[in-house]
Amino acid sequence: MQPLQQHQGIIATMNRANVDTDAIMPKQYLKSIRKYGYGDWLFDDWRYLDPGDVDIDTSQRRLNPEFELNQPAVAGASILLTQDNFGCGSSREHAVWGLRDFGFRVILSPGFADIFFNNCFNNGILAIVLPQDVINQLFALTEAQPGLPCIVDLQQQTLQCSSLEFSFEIEPARRERLLQGLDAIEVTLGKQEAINRFENHHRQQFPWLFEAL
Amino acid sequence: MKKTLFDKLWDSHCVERDTDGNALLYIDRHIVHEVTSAQAFEGLIATGRQPRRPESVLATVDHQVPTTKRTLGLSGFTDLIAREQVTTLAQNCERFGIRQFGLDDPRQGIVHVVGPEQGATLPGMTLVCGDSHTSTHGAFAAYAQGIGTSEVEHVLATQTLVQRKPKSLRVQIDGLLPLGITAKDMILHIIGVLGSSGANGYVIEYCGDAIRSLSMEERMTVCNMSIEAGARAGLIAFDDITERYLCERPFAPRGQLWQRALAYWKTLYSDDDAVFDHHVSIDASSIEPQVTWGTKPDQVAPISACVPDPEQQDDSVKRLDYRRAQEYMQLSPGIRLDEIAIDTVFIGSCTNGRLEDIQQVATLVKGRRIAKSIRQALVVPGSGVVKMEAEKQGLDKILIAAGFEWRDPGCSMCNAMNPDRLPMGARCASTSNRNFEGRQGVGGRTHLVSPAMAAAAALSGRLMDVRQLQAALE
Ligand code: SF4
Repeated sequence: MQPLQQHQGIIATMNRANVDTDAIMPKQYLKSIRKYGYGDWLFDDWRYLDPGDVDIDTSQRRLNPEFELNQPAVAGASILLTQDNFGCGSSREHAVWGLRDFGFRVILSPGFADIFFNNCFNNGILAIVLPQDVINQLFALTEAQPGLPCIVDLQQQTLQCSSLEFSFEIEPARRERLLQGLDAIEVTLGKQEAINRFENHHRQQFPWLFEAL
Repeated sequence: MKKTLFDKLWDSHCVERDTDGNALLYIDRHIVHEVTSAQAFEGLIATGRQPRRPESVLATVDHQVPTTKRTLGLSGFTDLIAREQVTTLAQNCERFGIRQFGLDDPRQGIVHVVGPEQGATLPGMTLVCGDSHTSTHGAFAAYAQGIGTSEVEHVLATQTLVQRKPKSLRVQIDGLLPLGITAKDMILHIIGVLGSSGANGYVIEYCGDAIRSLSMEERMTVCNMSIEAGARAGLIAFDDITERYLCERPFAPRGQLWQRALAYWKTLYSDDDAVFDHHVSIDASSIEPQVTWGTKPDQVAPISACVPDPEQQDDSVKRLDYRRAQEYMQLSPGIRLDEIAIDTVFIGSCTNGRLEDIQQVATLVKGRRIAKSIRQALVVPGSGVVKMEAEKQGLDKILIAAGFEWRDPGCSMCNAMNPDRLPMGARCASTSNRNFEGRQGVGGRTHLVSPAMAAAAALSGRLMDVRQLQAALE
């Protein structure tokens, strides 16, 4: 996983609440068995005027000029500012792979859906929960200046945007993992002994859970 | 100390806890399907890791499989990329020694139908699946949650998950459900009350006499949609109804082991006076048949209501959301819900693709014909076992005579990953769980309803109160 300590980038906005993972990565792209290469399909139904599929060349498709991320001012954006409950619905990690491959490293929202939130951190995306009034201020700033740059510092847990600075909080374990780009499985495998001990005890207590399927 | 059911499940699975509240949680059961597993297995192969307990994993194929011409097996796929995903799962299961109900297995079906049906879902366990509707299995007093693909790999490799303990929410539903009102109406109503993100960060326990009197299949319908309010999981305490359902299921314990398990399962309830972080009370007797009018499951109303006016909403984000939803659904404020014409009916999914659901539909449509304006009416059993049982009871014949198509098991038009899709602009009464934009096909419009309401819609060609139909039947 790519570590993230400090990140500087342009903010793209999506002023919508309850954006679901079906919208972020439509079903037809879940057929792919790859883990990379989802960026062109991000928000596919909203982003293009004509339908797409895994075997359709996206460069030949017409872009929807109204769609937020197609605005020239936010080209190359790597920070996404959104409304509440972002990433709700399906657990598909493909949604996060799409955001990552598109180039997003940070997502700012008043709230995220649980499974999506975990998926972000497992793929090196920093999902930051901010109070609604901070989100509103950021929307106001970006409306006044589309393509506004922003500096996110995970070490300090601060966000700097024009002359304003906001602080945020990330659970220490998640923060550490992202700062160092640690592989979660590797970390857990370091606890084999504790797992073995627990498993033996669990097996004695609940033997029926250990019958093979 | 007084414990909630969730406390009991959590405490019995904590391998360790750190000082900021993170726990390493032991996972007893893992259910796997074709769409969210390939990259996880690939990760294991790339790092040379092995699944820790392959015998605790159950796999089946459901999302991509065609629901016609099943006897053709893999040659029945028109979509070769989808087919590759299905064969990839089979290869991975073979390689790692995981039990799979493949395309040709009579037990194949939707993960959340198959697990409980086979007794692979048991009370007191922790269960995960790379699918958000894993909350279904909580009906068995199990802590069951959907996870992403990285976590699928993590559970395969370590048999654990790292997480913070979610908060607890008790949804208490007392009173009697009126005649004609189903578990689906109950959960849609609850989602309307809680909102799409109302239970984010919570595990819901459903309590009260209205829950106690539900069958296991109905309880699964309720727990299934917990995720539509954002909950990590849904739970219902163990009781005689759970016990009767589980007895003699293929993977349920037998003999002495059953007795021992049963003694433990009987402790799986929330203690009197256990403390919940949040509490919501609902009067079952006030619930009407529900139907969604928008593009989120919480955009729901009783069938007697009208499409709401976005301008009447206080919150500006919500106003925008309502406007967008109504534009997509091509509905204007003030339209009566029971005047909305539909052209497609879908009966199936992990929410309502079980035997009782199909029985309900068959009872209502027996000896009648679906409306001429219906372009397609699908009944897709949730599993091969459901299909076989329904056919034993002759339900397939009743449905086919009424004009429905009787299909092979799978997710089908619930999320339209297989060839069963709504065409652009079609409007569907669906027993599934998500009415998101494009969920059932690009440009398709979904109204979520109960199986009984879907049957009524099929017969009349519009959304209608099924109780009128039931009254006419008597
Ligand atoms: S039936 Fe629908 S909701 Fe259920 S697992 Fe399949 S696609 Fe997901």
